[in-house]
Amino acid sequence: MTVGSTTFKQLHLQGVRREFDAFTALKGLDLTVERGEFIALLGPSGCGKTTALNCIAGLLPVSGGRIMLDDRRVDVLRPEERGFGMVFQNYALFPHMTVRKNIGFGLRMRGVPKPELEKRVDAALAAVRLESQAEKLPGQLSGGQQQRVAIARAIVVEPPLVLMDEPLSNLDAKLRLEMRQEIRRIHQSLGSTTIYVTHDQEEALSLADRIVVLRDGAIRQVGTPAELYALPAHLDVADFMGFRNRVNGELVGMEGEDALLDIEGTVIRGRMRAASAGKAAVAAIRPDDLEPTGTDTGIPVRVEAVEYRGRGFHGVGVTPSGTELHFSSPHPLERGTAIRLGADAGRVLVFGDAR
Amino acid sequence: MSTVMEGRAEGPTLRQRLAARGIDGATLLVLPCVALILGLFIYPFLYGLMLSFEPKDGSLFGNYARFFSDPFLYGTIFKTLRLAFPVTLLNLLIAIPIAFRVRLLRRQRLLTTLLVLPITLGTVLVAEGMLFYFGPQGWFNRALMAVGLLSTPVSVLNGYWGVFISLVLTGFPFTFLLTLSYVTGIDPSLENAAATLGAGPAARFREVFLPLLVPGLAITFCLSFVQAYSVLPSAVLVGDPANATRVISIAAYQAAFEEYDYSMASAIAMIMGAVQLLVVVAVLGCRSLFYRGPAAGAKG
Repeated sequence: MTVGSTTFKQLHLQGVRREFDAFTALKGLDLTVERGEFIALLGPSGCGKTTALNCIAGLLPVSGGRIMLDDRRVDVLRPEERGFGMVFQNYALFPHMTVRKNIGFGLRMRGVPKPELEKRVDAALAAVRLESQAEKLPGQLSGGQQQRVAIARAIVVEPPLVLMDEPLSNLDAKLRLEMRQEIRRIHQSLGSTTIYVTHDQEEALSLADRIVVLRDGAIRQVGTPAELYALPAHLDVADFMGFRNRVNGELVGMEGEDALLDIEGTVIRGRMRAASAGKAAVAAIRPDDLEPTGTDTGIPVRVEAVEYRGRGFHGVGVTPSGTELHFSSPHPLERGTAIRLGADAGRVLVFGDAR
Repeated sequence: MSTVMEGRAEGPTLRQRLAARGIDGATLLVLPCVALILGLFIYPFLYGLMLSFEPKDGSLFGNYARFFSDPFLYGTIFKTLRLAFPVTLLNLLIAIPIAFRVRLLRRQRLLTTLLVLPITLGTVLVAEGMLFYFGPQGWFNRALMAVGLLSTPVSVLNGYWGVFISLVLTGFPFTFLLTLSYVTGIDPSLENAAATLGAGPAARFREVFLPLLVPGLAITFCLSFVQAYSVLPSAVLVGDPANATRVISIAAYQAAFEEYDYSMASAIAMIMGAVQLLVVVAVLGCRSLFYRGPAAGAKG
């Protein structure tokens, strides 16, 4: 009945659509996932990332398009026939079964003989380091332990594809960091293919081989963490990647690849990322890259607040027109001081208004 | 010695020690409730119990001896069981699949409102409706005769099946609403998890839903059973109160208001309570064999 642990080369999403009554949650998703890849679906809440995952898992029927495993069509199969492993946001452990029974459930449903089942469950328990908790009920475990059981339960059947729906969002910060490494380690040791849904860009950057940024049910950008971090293609992707400062300006010229942008009377240089129809454009700069120039060039601001951040200072300044700018400074600054801020041309991204 | 006394004086006060055990000013709020239970349940119960040991013949167990030696009396226990048991079981078996369908509906409230109506109408009205509907000139017989399935009217009423149908009609909404609340209390992601792990619909029901539902279904069974066991109006109105549906409450009623033997009536009521208690204890005892924690995806 089940597809089981068949291997595949590529998973294709071809124009996958999903509609809820009048609302379109997914507007035709096209994506190819290579075997062994760790893909993160990243986006704000309501962007359709969980819908996409549920469509792949078969928990939601697609409204259009196809999901292919190499040349086999899987979107017409029921979830129990797809054989994908899934880790749920609330773990969804069976509360009436022990840890061992929970992990063995998928194998039992596949009719794996008892001795082999026990052996594989033991191996899975060892992989998530829960050997000593095997006979407990899920309710007796901590959140991190429950999460590890959920992961073990999903991977013990050696699924061709592991789907994870914000598996760390219910954990505290320290545990989240630990589990992140654990997930990466398990992924690498099993060589499984993983699709991981998250709204946390740090999680996506640290875990994924490739990140798919979703917004309003459509893909905004696909790339490696380094590509997305350095060169986001859209303003909203940049926003997600930590480009906290967004300043409106006017394009006054180009010099090679660099755009010259007039911001409140000061011309700054930046990399052109998205063309503009008119002259209006937006400069996106990370707070870490924006620093006091110490000269009389740069964007003039009045310092509003400065806080100590260990390695340096984080400041908030306000331009004459009232735009708030976040910047970093190696030395403390007095509130109310007038300074000028600047950044390397390579660290300033200029987006035209034709987003 | 005096230092010891001082040490004690510095310890927690009586109020603090009581609060540590969960007793404080707010605990007084249960008093009206306790008074109500004492006055309206415990006292009448004990009064009836005492009364049942003061029969007309003067002996202590005279009423009980009379009850268990007269088949016309002790037979009512089994006649009532024969009605209440299958009715409760049938109601539960119908309620489960419907509850599983209804949990996916969006307009649950409309349906539940419709279902609450028979409860509010009461058994007498339902029994009267049945008298017309199943009567010789009622819709039921007319329709069956019109399509040629019957040549002469059948009599469903005035017997076992009349009471059976009336108990199903009045008992089902109650059973269903309780069952629905237990079914919807199960985290839907558990079903999704079972599906992604390769469990088909039958396996999902058997392995996940049923074990989590059993404790709730046991409670539902007990409450529905107790309701059905105390049937009176429909056993008289649409049943055969002299014979096939001479249920235990009829025996108690006759003792109290036809023979004016309140002592005997109390004894019958006590026996009735004991039978119900026995069934409830047996069912709840079986329940303890199953998992009884929260039926949601456990979270730390």
